[in-house]
Amino acid sequence: MEKFITHIQPPGRFSLGLKELWQYRELFYFFTWRDIKVKYKQTYLGILWALIQPLGMMLLFTLLFSRTLKIDTAPVVYPIFVLSGLILWNLFSASISHAGDSMIQNAHIIKKIYFPRLIIPGSAVLLALFDFLIGLLIFLVFCVLYRQSLHWYSVFYFAAGIIIVTLAGFGTGTFLAALNVKYRDFRYMIPFLLQLLFFSSQIIYPLRSISQEWLRNLLSFNPVNTSIAYFRAALGAPPPEMEETMAGLSFTLILLIAGLYFFRKTEAYFADIV
Amino acid sequence: MKPAIDIRKLGKQYRLHEAPPYLSLRDVLSKAPWEWTGKGKKADPYFWALQNINLCIEPGERVGIIGRNGAGKSTLLKIISRITPPTCGEAFIHGRVGSLLEVGTGFHPELSGRENIFLNGSILGLKKTEIRRQLDAIIDFSGVEKFIDSPLKHYSSGMQLRLAFAVAAHLEPEILLIDEVLAVGDMEFQKKCLGKMEEVSHKDGRTILFVSHNMSYIRSLCNKALLLDNGRLIAGGNSEEIISQYISSVRTNTPDTGSKATTPPVVQLLSVNSITTSFQQSDSFAADETIGIEMEYEVLSPGHVLWLGYNLHNEEGINVFDTHSVNTAEYSEPHATGKFKAVAWIPGHMLNTGLYFISCAVFNHTSQVIYLHEKDVLAFHVYDVFDRQTARGMSPGEFPGILRPLLKWHIEKSKA
Repeated sequence: MEKFITHIQPPGRFSLGLKELWQYRELFYFFTWRDIKVKYKQTYLGILWALIQPLGMMLLFTLLFSRTLKIDTAPVVYPIFVLSGLILWNLFSASISHAGDSMIQNAHIIKKIYFPRLIIPGSAVLLALFDFLIGLLIFLVFCVLYRQSLHWYSVFYFAAGIIIVTLAGFGTGTFLAALNVKYRDFRYMIPFLLQLLFFSSQIIYPLRSISQEWLRNLLSFNPVNTSIAYFRAALGAPPPEMEETMAGLSFTLILLIAGLYFFRKTEAYFADIV
Repeated sequence: MKPAIDIRKLGKQYRLHEAPPYLSLRDVLSKAPWEWTGKGKKADPYFWALQNINLCIEPGERVGIIGRNGAGKSTLLKIISRITPPTCGEAFIHGRVGSLLEVGTGFHPELSGRENIFLNGSILGLKKTEIRRQLDAIIDFSGVEKFIDSPLKHYSSGMQLRLAFAVAAHLEPEILLIDEVLAVGDMEFQKKCLGKMEEVSHKDGRTILFVSHNMSYIRSLCNKALLLDNGRLIAGGNSEEIISQYISSVRTNTPDTGSKATTPPVVQLLSVNSITTSFQQSDSFAADETIGIEMEYEVLSPGHVLWLGYNLHNEEGINVFDTHSVNTAEYSEPHATGKFKAVAWIPGHMLNTGLYFISCAVFNHTSQVIYLHEKDVLAFHVYDVFDRQTARGMSPGEFPGILRPLLKWHIEKSKA
């Protein structure tokens, strides 16, 4: 019985509560499992939906940009180029929109049962990762179809890209999730924010094609750009420069710390206001 | 042995909002920037939902928490179950806490019954292996094994509830918090649940905190009771004593006779009691039981036509009915002197469950005299029964309505 001693007191000093998150690790699994099940349960095509969207976009952008506008993406062929950007972008945007909405979606549970609240936006990001892994699989199939050369070190580049974009999505998502509980306006701001970010990310164009240096520097703070740069480095494009990496990485960390800090600071009162 | 729950100087303050509890960005932006942080603006009124609670509950104790609506009962459970933090003070909980603040939390209509058992169980704090071990027992207890693999949305609300309670009943926490869950479910299932709870509390020696308006459940399940009033803990101890203290405390103790009563007094009130059909005093009645309201009084001077009257208020202060002694001889002829007893019988199957307050009066409307008027001299309690037919029938949950009459229904085939 000595194992379970709970000390209840008014919210005090900041802590991440990692130990507690570990105790509740199964709940991560169950929330993610529920969301995946529910998402694909009543659809005829099921998990294929996770593929149709990026492939459709890839087709559209390939027709538009590689034929009509002729964007130079060498050494990566345009369909692969754009698909690599799209799957990472989808991971980022799904993380943000799922996580941002998650606290309100699960308000009925928050009001009734205690568990570390971070599990909710956390498992929303895991759901996005699940969809991403399916997208990644099809991406690799396309790489083989287009005879895109991959090296052994590509694995590290892929991993770096995925980790950066997931952390950035998680940080932004938790921040918006906490804000959403307090100010419902952010619900309506998320789609707009995402559209803005879509065009400031090098999904359909390479960052180096931007001629103004200040703009290029500014955009390199976008973690999605850093992440995509690593993905494309795995395909043989030149890896991002040190400054570019540091810019994206530092901004990712800022987002993550700000998101977690704000979330943990406000979560105690979620049940009172949600 | 360490106490299971040790609460010290606990308090919870809420802000009273006129607007919806969440803010909109516009509300903030429309203020001057120096007001954004909230420091410059006029403070919202605060109120203490709980104040200075000190409490020690030993392992194995079964504690009922009683008090009027808004006394802070549910807030206390919410703090113990960590759903909401206290504003001040602290509490130490030794042991795992399981709460049945709402059964079926996290149920998803698209998932099957079996899947929902896993989801709900893990939200309630069970490990996957524990759920798997108990799965058969849970399904068996719920009585919905035939539908266990079809989506929850095809279940009736009664079936969903059975499943939910089945999961909750198989939690094995050292400390169990229960908030009025017994007010739900059909009769047969209620009995099953009550049995399960008794089994859990008596046999396994688990600590139970039980919030209910149903005094008879508290009587049968709890050995101790706590009485909350306006966020303060005003009494604690033997459940039988606390329940009678509660019922007598809800009366307003200041007789409202003074100004309106006649001088010299014509009538003196000796006592008011609620009684059963066998004339036993009681403060709790089953929903189908006849309730007698008995008034003992002494008429001091002759020659007055006296009307006796009661009015009945429920817990929300709604005047449920007034009744006057219209069928008595004394209603039209002068009342003899001496001591008398008058009883008015409230038929069974009439009042809904809850707490009721009786005010009594002796008066005469034609001569516009009030000889005696005492507000809330008596409180009694009406509770649900599940092993006999009542107006509730098979319907689960709170049964709405101020009254709950069992009416005669008649169905016949209409002529074409």
